[in-house]
Amino acid sequence: MSEGSSKKDMEESTEAGELTNLLQREFPNAVTGFHSHRGDETVVIERDAFESVCSFLRDDSRCSFEIMMDLTAVDRLEMEVTPRFEMVYHFKSLTHARRLRLKVHLAEDDCKIASIHHLWKAVDWYERECYDMFGIQFEGHPDLRRILMYEEFEGHPLRKDYPIDKQQPLLELKEVEERHTYGRDS
Amino acid sequence: MTEMNTLESPIKGIKSGEDYSASVMSIEIGPAHPAMHGIVRFTTHLDGEVIVGMDPEIGYLHRGFEKESENSKWIQVIPYTDRLNYVSPLLNNIGYSMAVEKLYGIEAPRRAEFTRVIMGEISRITDHLTCLGAVAMEIGAFTFFLWFIKAREYLWELVEEMSGARLTTNWTRFGGNANDLPDGFLNDLSDRLAKLKDVMSECDKLLTRNKIFIDRVKGVGSFSKEDALSFGFTGPLLRACGIPYDVRRADPYSVYDELDFEIPVGSVGDCFDRFLVRMEEIRQSIHIIEQAADKMPEGPFMTDERMLHYPDKKDVYGNIEGLIDHFKLVMEGHQPPAGEIYMPIEGGNGELGFYLVSDGGGDPVRVRLRPPCFNLVSAMPAMTIGHYVADIVPIFGSVNMIGGEMDR
Amino acid sequence: MIPTVLAILKIMVIILLFAMPLGTVLTLMERKWSAMIQDRVGPNRANIGKFTGHGALHIAADGLKSIFKEDTIPKGADGFLYLIAPFFGLIAGVATFAIIPLAGPIGDFTFQVTDIEPGLLFIFAITSLSVYGAVLAGTSSNSKFALLGGTRASAQMISYEVFMGLALMGVFMVYGTTRVSGIVEGQNEYWFGNIIPMWGVFTQPLGFVLFFTALVAETKRAPFDAPEGESEIVAGYFLEYSGMRWSAFMLAEYVALVGVASLITTLFFGGYHVPWLHLWEDAPQWIVTIMQLIKFSIFTVFFCWFQIQLRWTVPKFRFDQTMALGWKKLLPLSLVNVFVTAFVILAFG
Repeated sequence: MSEGSSKKDMEESTEAGELTNLLQREFPNAVTGFHSHRGDETVVIERDAFESVCSFLRDDSRCSFEIMMDLTAVDRLEMEVTPRFEMVYHFKSLTHARRLRLKVHLAEDDCKIASIHHLWKAVDWYERECYDMFGIQFEGHPDLRRILMYEEFEGHPLRKDYPIDKQQPLLELKEVEERHTYGRDS
Repeated sequence: MTEMNTLESPIKGIKSGEDYSASVMSIEIGPAHPAMHGIVRFTTHLDGEVIVGMDPEIGYLHRGFEKESENSKWIQVIPYTDRLNYVSPLLNNIGYSMAVEKLYGIEAPRRAEFTRVIMGEISRITDHLTCLGAVAMEIGAFTFFLWFIKAREYLWELVEEMSGARLTTNWTRFGGNANDLPDGFLNDLSDRLAKLKDVMSECDKLLTRNKIFIDRVKGVGSFSKEDALSFGFTGPLLRACGIPYDVRRADPYSVYDELDFEIPVGSVGDCFDRFLVRMEEIRQSIHIIEQAADKMPEGPFMTDERMLHYPDKKDVYGNIEGLIDHFKLVMEGHQPPAGEIYMPIEGGNGELGFYLVSDGGGDPVRVRLRPPCFNLVSAMPAMTIGHYVADIVPIFGSVNMIGGEMDR
Repeated sequence: MIPTVLAILKIMVIILLFAMPLGTVLTLMERKWSAMIQDRVGPNRANIGKFTGHGALHIAADGLKSIFKEDTIPKGADGFLYLIAPFFGLIAGVATFAIIPLAGPIGDFTFQVTDIEPGLLFIFAITSLSVYGAVLAGTSSNSKFALLGGTRASAQMISYEVFMGLALMGVFMVYGTTRVSGIVEGQNEYWFGNIIPMWGVFTQPLGFVLFFTALVAETKRAPFDAPEGESEIVAGYFLEYSGMRWSAFMLAEYVALVGVASLITTLFFGGYHVPWLHLWEDAPQWIVTIMQLIKFSIFTVFFCWFQIQLRWTVPKFRFDQTMALGWKKLLPLSLVNVFVTAFVILAFG
């Protein structure tokens, strides 16, 4: 039975799940933490091993996570925990009918992480959104620009130190650059 | 211009990324456009009538849902969720409330769960009716659209009877619902469902075997299974590609494991398959609603755990515990235990996932919505390059982008 | 002198009292009839005091609104061509009525503005003129959507003219003349004694279908309204027009609608001939004329209604499908029609 449905026993489990054990065997030094709060299996990974772990998760037949469900970040400034940023990735395997949450911690002055857009095509836009909202740089992303905000926006809105009522500077009216007149000069 | 082209183009020789600058016209299918549901802008590069490049730009309806949630109490987020996928507001309410209940580790009472199933499926039907109607209207079958809008009106009346509003429902609470079934609701429900079935069969005769319509949508926008999975498709579009993934079956929540329904699956993933999958899903949802209405148990509609439900007024003014509970709930808000969860439900467009992080306080640390149509619109270039510009209409219509959900 | 004055009077009566009013009323009736099949009411709000007339005042309201709207000319639009483009369609639509007879001749007086020898060919020439309106509008507005619409319009209209001519070849062969009054007179014969009139629809059923399809494509009505794209290219070739110029396009479309209906009635449904009226000998002339006028009007209005219902029932073709239909399916069919008609005429006389 897949996780998330057994709401009867939602105690916090301190036992490592099957996937966590597998990852600990394959990548001995990469796993720095794990839990299964409310049945969601979660693993915390070192940043250096992150890309190889993701490849493994997609390609290995014991995992086969075909779908990258969600990619986001959490800013833990107010929880007073370092490192400040926590990247959160959710994966879903249809073959084995299970889910996994992968987390990577990033320090405030070094918020860079490898991009995994070559593994799942969905990642492209999710990483752009993460960059837009949190300012996290994804190394290797082909086209890292803002997606929900306009280009001249200043700051990264979902960071905790971005005040919710901050005013943005007014912009000049942009001239649209190309204007075909099909052979006439005007 | 995004460099993606995973398809064999039906027009030979068209490859995305090649240099067509001498013959390419760039056109903005811009934010203000009759066929753009919600607001999105496609910068399209055309060679004659064939699309050789496309770049979507989104974010026109970004209202800062996630940032606002961090500055509100947990229960104040529920009205914001109405406005996410605004054609199926109850599904968002239900998803968020179930996510917070998972954070608490509790379940809503059985009667509340069955009512949620009924209202959720009604919302799913309104979502599909709107999507199919819009696709048909843009292909030129205006009558089909208006008949579906008429059918949708029947359902909005039911939603209004239950929650008081057609769109800004704000109906679920943590541990149950805001109110119980009104008197006579189940009778009204069966009346309206009968009328809905009539409209469905009329519209089916009008369009499903119409040669002109089939020519417009068959073979347009087909997508392979591998590409669909890589792009993170879920919901009707993934099922149209042939993969029977439905969160209600894969990770059952609420009382869906006690109800009997089928999952319609397509074969090639083109617009016609998506159309048929959605039509069949409407019928399956009607079937689910009928079962849930039959099996409706008696009982409370809201949990009576302390610090979760607002006490009755006679308790608030009558005894000290009620007064204190009410005071703390209003002033400090609900305080789910610290932790993080991800709760997926099946929304109209696919897997609607809520990722919540709590630190035990009254304000959420992070409220994240996984928008199903975000993935779908990111795949638009791959779906449209190599097709005619007139094909953007059925493809984008079948994607059913809802601005409120995608941009939040 | 007298014939000229008479001709001018006839023009004024036919155009100002028949074609234009019918076209204008159709702008409202389209909305009312579409509302009927879509389960709604349609426009019914325009009023003067308490009088709404079930929405009849919307015609006046729309006209007044168009007159007072700002007349925009986009920057970069080619001035002269942009200004004259709306009128080609209007001229072509109105000129179709020059050769349509409304009722039978009384002595020397005909109810037709002019009865030239190459009547059928005149129709082809005039519909070819209407292409210019769409093409000029599309290319002279400095806009990409309009350009797309204008290109589609030119390709579609030119293609469908080809087999419109071929479809009428059959009519020419059966009735032996291109003079319109001759064709109408030819439809006054009867088969099997006095049972079935020799109307064009019975002698040339395939020709009727092809001609009707071609005319619907010429007027760019649904399902052939890809040039007017609406969903993908917003409004197609008349995108940049506003106010009275846009109204000119709209009116041209509706007058062409009436023209199409009149043409179909004249060429395929006996024109003004009331079936079996010749059995009533000694009918007074004025009764005959009135009945002919009524019959012509009823059939014309019926075909207007039919085109409007067609638009709201059937989805639209994609543009390449329109072209494929015209060239690959309808053109061979029209050729087949010509050969079969020729064979039947030679075999059975």
